[in-house]
Amino acid sequence: MSLLEIHEPGETPLPHAGEASLAVGIDLGTTNSVVAIAREGIPAALHDETGKALVPSVVAYPAAGGVLVGEEARLLMAHEPRNAVASIKRLMGRGAADLHAVAGVLPYEIEPGSGQTDMVKLRIGGKARSPVEISAEILKALRARAEAALDKPVERAVITVPAYFDDAARTATRDAARVAGLEVLRLVNEPTAAALAYGLDKGSEGLYAVYDLGGGTFDFSLLRLEKGVFQVLATGGDAALGGDDFDRAVAERMLAERKTDGIADGIDEAAVKTALALARQMKEQLSERDQTSGRLDLAGTPSFHALTRADFEAMIATYIARTLDIARNVLIDADTTVSDVQGVVLVGGSTRVPLVRAEVAAMIGKAALTDIDPDEVVALGAALQAEALTGGGDTLLLDVTPLSLGLETMGGIVEKVVPRNTPIPVQLAQDFTTYQDGQTAMAIHVVQGEREMVADCRSLARFELSGIPPMTAGAARIRVSFAVDADGLLAVSAEERTTGMAQRIEVKPSYGLSHEDMADMLYDSLEHAEADVAQRLLTEARVEAKRSLLALDAALAKDGALLTTEERAAIDQGRTRLEAAIAGNDRDAINAAAEALETLSKPFAERRMDRGIREALAGLSLGELESRVGE
Amino acid sequence: MDHFARLGLPAALELDGAALDRAYFTAQRQWHPDRFVGRPPEERAKASTEAAGLNDAYRTLKDPLSRAVYLAELNGVELPGDGKSIDDPDLLMEAMEAREALHETATAEAVDALATQVREDMQRALAGLGTLFLRHDKAAIRKTLLRLRYLDKFAEEARAKRTNLQRVKA
Repeated sequence: MSLLEIHEPGETPLPHAGEASLAVGIDLGTTNSVVAIAREGIPAALHDETGKALVPSVVAYPAAGGVLVGEEARLLMAHEPRNAVASIKRLMGRGAADLHAVAGVLPYEIEPGSGQTDMVKLRIGGKARSPVEISAEILKALRARAEAALDKPVERAVITVPAYFDDAARTATRDAARVAGLEVLRLVNEPTAAALAYGLDKGSEGLYAVYDLGGGTFDFSLLRLEKGVFQVLATGGDAALGGDDFDRAVAERMLAERKTDGIADGIDEAAVKTALALARQMKEQLSERDQTSGRLDLAGTPSFHALTRADFEAMIATYIARTLDIARNVLIDADTTVSDVQGVVLVGGSTRVPLVRAEVAAMIGKAALTDIDPDEVVALGAALQAEALTGGGDTLLLDVTPLSLGLETMGGIVEKVVPRNTPIPVQLAQDFTTYQDGQTAMAIHVVQGEREMVADCRSLARFELSGIPPMTAGAARIRVSFAVDADGLLAVSAEERTTGMAQRIEVKPSYGLSHEDMADMLYDSLEHAEADVAQRLLTEARVEAKRSLLALDAALAKDGALLTTEERAAIDQGRTRLEAAIAGNDRDAINAAAEALETLSKPFAERRMDRGIREALAGLSLGELESRVGE
Repeated sequence: MDHFARLGLPAALELDGAALDRAYFTAQRQWHPDRFVGRPPEERAKASTEAAGLNDAYRTLKDPLSRAVYLAELNGVELPGDGKSIDDPDLLMEAMEAREALHETATAEAVDALATQVREDMQRALAGLGTLFLRHDKAAIRKTLLRLRYLDKFAEEARAKRTNLQRVKA
């Protein structure tokens, strides 16, 4: 007789060798993408026939038909710019309302909002296409490359996303994978994947930093490692800071030098592109030597430019200083200091710049780990996690939420429910109540960001909870629950808990905020904290004052007869003064007027209470009264 | 199940950080959703809930102040919700003076000095809590925790001000 096998809860059974399809790791990057596979703990990037691991993240829909991805698409871009698209990652999960943020950056024709979905669409190759479809083409190409290299079907993947990616961008990434026929085993944050690739957990346990400076983005994360555990303590960044800024600084200098030399350029977009390309070359050369020079040929007039490494370093010093500032704030968020950090991992092409390496090493006080190719390290880590998830590995990745999640309350104030850097998965709930007597519906507005006011945060979703039984203001208990899963995806639900007639609504936010917005929001929250507190206090005073006006009006409507004409006139006057104060911006004036009105209406409140007691006692015999008092 | 029980730890004010981490990692090894890839949906849902519970417990117990507040609540001390007005005149006075001092600082160094002082105040107040818990002095525990909450918030404001000063300088 054969016995049934029962696994321990949580233990992943080993797949039968050769039977299951393979699971790969994918770094779906803004500029380049990489696919990798791990076998028995050893990851390797998968190359094309020419030996290249990097696939340019460019998709083209040629006039002749078909779809091109990668190097071929990039070549086509020069000839058919309207049929090709690059940097689509910047638009993942973004709605039409976000487009002002990228206006001028991405020269694409935008389709006006169509139908149900809020997500933006681009007109490429004569057809409206969403960022999800376009990213799916890149994923399909990576999948095909993996299948060709491995000679086996590939149906599952771990895909990396920036630590900062918000809910909508993560959802969009997962959707793109689905379109490409890939099951996403897990979305893993890029810095975590990099730490995984270095196998930092296998060495001495301790605290490590991941410094990720790409072409246009910067991320800094702190991880605690010990035997198989990768615990993210805090993360932060700036999505509008990277190697592109270095190029721009060098290009501007060259254009200025031409002007000094008396060359009159009509500086158009093509001229800037040419200068930027040369600047980039010179920057890369300065990583190898102390000085370089370049020939800039614009409109047939060449000019020659020399650049020393020292000059270049002086030009980019402020950008590096800013990354170090962000790093220090992440250390504070993690409640730790530099001396606790054991080492730092460098990720992203811009960390090849010697000054970046030197400054990071100086700040952390230890040499940076750089022996894995910074362009491949993220995909290698993803491949290791893909193997661990399918092969029953022992690695444990404990990640966090990058930005706070909250709800709008009265007066546009944000009530934070899930603070940033909370470990995921997480399920947290908060109770809210009604503002007005007899209120039967409540508008629920989910926001993401660090600021105190809704207007300064990013709106993720709105929905209405209706069918609340009419009660006095403040009596209802509405519980709003936030659940963020291990992929960093959010679900929100609400229920009315007083009556047990629970109505439950669940929402998935439709689209989210940009990588750039997130970094700005984080930085702004620190910069504006003082002003925010003042604004919050003012708003609270207003809300409180309006609440007391509502209560007074209700009482006057019911028991106004208890007042003499003079008393009524005095209360009305106090009421007018309070309304005027609410319209102003002086918190103290609002509080003073509210207090004055309360004093004025105090005799009225007392008379109402007396009458309430009399009514309650009316018609009772002495015996009944005694038995009541005894209750 | 309370947070201490969930992690198999004694419900105490003093908690060894390494022991807390160990208990948390061990439990997460069992329940983290990564261990349930490819399992039936009900098992995955249960794992997600368990892992979320563990994260909530860990987060609450890791920070000395939130741990103290949680333990106080377990012991029947009622604290007003966050952001509610303070009913302690001594604390109000202290808060007003501290805020004024912060407002008048003009350099990052001066803010740092204030922040250091606040940290020391917090450490002293936290150290004093142990005796109050032993005496079951609910009123004194409540008073101390309200003060700690305020100091915590003040430290946050000092940090914001420091960032602001640095930014202006840059």
